[in-house]
Amino acid sequence: MKKLIANGYLWALMLIMYSPIFIILIFSFTDAKALGSWHGFTIDLYANLFKGEAGPSLNSAILTTFIVAFVSAILSTVLGSLAAIGIYNMRPAQRRMMNFVNQIPMINPDIITGISIFLLFVALGLPRGYVSVTCAHVAFCMPYVVLSVMPRLMKMNPNLYEAAIDLGATPFIALRKVIFPELKPGMLSGFILALTLSIDDFAVTLFTKGSDGINTISTFIYNDARKGGLTPELRPLFSIIFITILVLLIILNLRTAKQTANKK
Amino acid sequence: MNKIIDFIGQRKSWAIPYAIVMLIFIIAPLFIVAWYAFQDGDATSLHQFEKFFNSDDSTDFNTFIYSIGIAMITTIVCILVGYPAAYFMADKQFKTPQVMVLLFILPMWINLLLRTLATVALFDFLHLDLGEEALIFGMVYNFLPFMIYPIYNTLQKMDPSLNEAARDLGATPAQVFWKVILPLSMPGVYSGILMVFMPTISTFAVSELLTMNNIKLFGTVIQDNMNTGLLNYGSALSLILLIIIGISSLFGGKDDK
Repeated sequence: MKKLIANGYLWALMLIMYSPIFIILIFSFTDAKALGSWHGFTIDLYANLFKGEAGPSLNSAILTTFIVAFVSAILSTVLGSLAAIGIYNMRPAQRRMMNFVNQIPMINPDIITGISIFLLFVALGLPRGYVSVTCAHVAFCMPYVVLSVMPRLMKMNPNLYEAAIDLGATPFIALRKVIFPELKPGMLSGFILALTLSIDDFAVTLFTKGSDGINTISTFIYNDARKGGLTPELRPLFSIIFITILVLLIILNLRTAKQTANKK
Repeated sequence: MNKIIDFIGQRKSWAIPYAIVMLIFIIAPLFIVAWYAFQDGDATSLHQFEKFFNSDDSTDFNTFIYSIGIAMITTIVCILVGYPAAYFMADKQFKTPQVMVLLFILPMWINLLLRTLATVALFDFLHLDLGEEALIFGMVYNFLPFMIYPIYNTLQKMDPSLNEAARDLGATPAQVFWKVILPLSMPGVYSGILMVFMPTISTFAVSELLTMNNIKLFGTVIQDNMNTGLLNYGSALSLILLIIIGISSLFGGKDDK
């Protein structure tokens, strides 16, 4: 009985949570302009999206989103992983301070992060564009990479690095041959997290993109929604992103499940 | 040259590039916000704050209070809806908690605006009016995972023998819940509150979409001011938001970990 209530409650909640998503998934297969009206089954919207017929601004927004996401995810994974190693080897007082700094972008609402970086560029009189958006994304993604890598470091035998150095490895070789293999799973999940955070970001991008017409998918949707109508091709785009993320997360979770199972 | 190599060899210096990026793009900008907030024209002044707190036209201040109200309702609804969900999933008899938790968190990876537009579509589809109720539904829908996850985490780490001990000592299931489980899960609830309350006040765009531009929240006011070039006033409002965050995170952080 208790089990029935628990399952019933959870599935009902799940149904409510997913119903908006299902609506978009379903209506990605009809070419009606407005969301909610059904004009018969068709995959035209998907075809338009892949043939690049959804309009040049949407195409460039998609391209910008992925370029920015990959560049900032790679940079933040490299810098964040190095930082995790550095922080791990600091004295407790320094480490506490770094952990505090690491929390700032996570606690700050996106709008504050966006505005503050926007003001930095205004105050310095620098133009905003790809560079400012990427810098901002790196800055708010790095803390998540640090947090994904840190647990792997904690589990690692601290003497391994010293042993490698004693046996004649340079710090660089020790990093590549000893530390890196141990940290790889943490770095991978940090990378995927950074990628999704960057793709998903809206507020920070809106403030740092400047006014020369660069858009990511998020800011494109924002402009589109303010104009009233929503480009219909966004529905299949959204469906594809959703399915991709679903698959990525399942893979990630299966990996961690397998690792914990192996440990046991 | 040797000194440089030694320096790079020390592993704690590997955090330096990170520290520089954080300093330039996270810490320094916060000081710039504070600096802008206390400027009026070329002079240092409290004018921006006066404008917010004591102006004849107190629309912005009212929006601020209204946003806090909406955020409180959202947070309470999230606790009421999210706590049972977390509780059921943390139950030891529950078979597939990982999958369920993943399913609850998954929508968070979907663009906030698209999620909101999907909610608007749902309301249209069901022929419900957009307005305050839609706003609260949308906010709860957007931020519920942030409430469920921390509560689930604390409940799941709880020692099940505490429950058994209380039962052995004669407590009824209700007493066990109110006297043992609930107090011990409060750290999770606090982090949940922190993660729901602040985003609700500061999120912009969402409220406009869900209410057809009829209701503005504080985040929108800040964004409007920045957009129209009132950087100093916008910064002052951001600073007020930052101070509230600082206070509430001290509040919540105390019981955490």
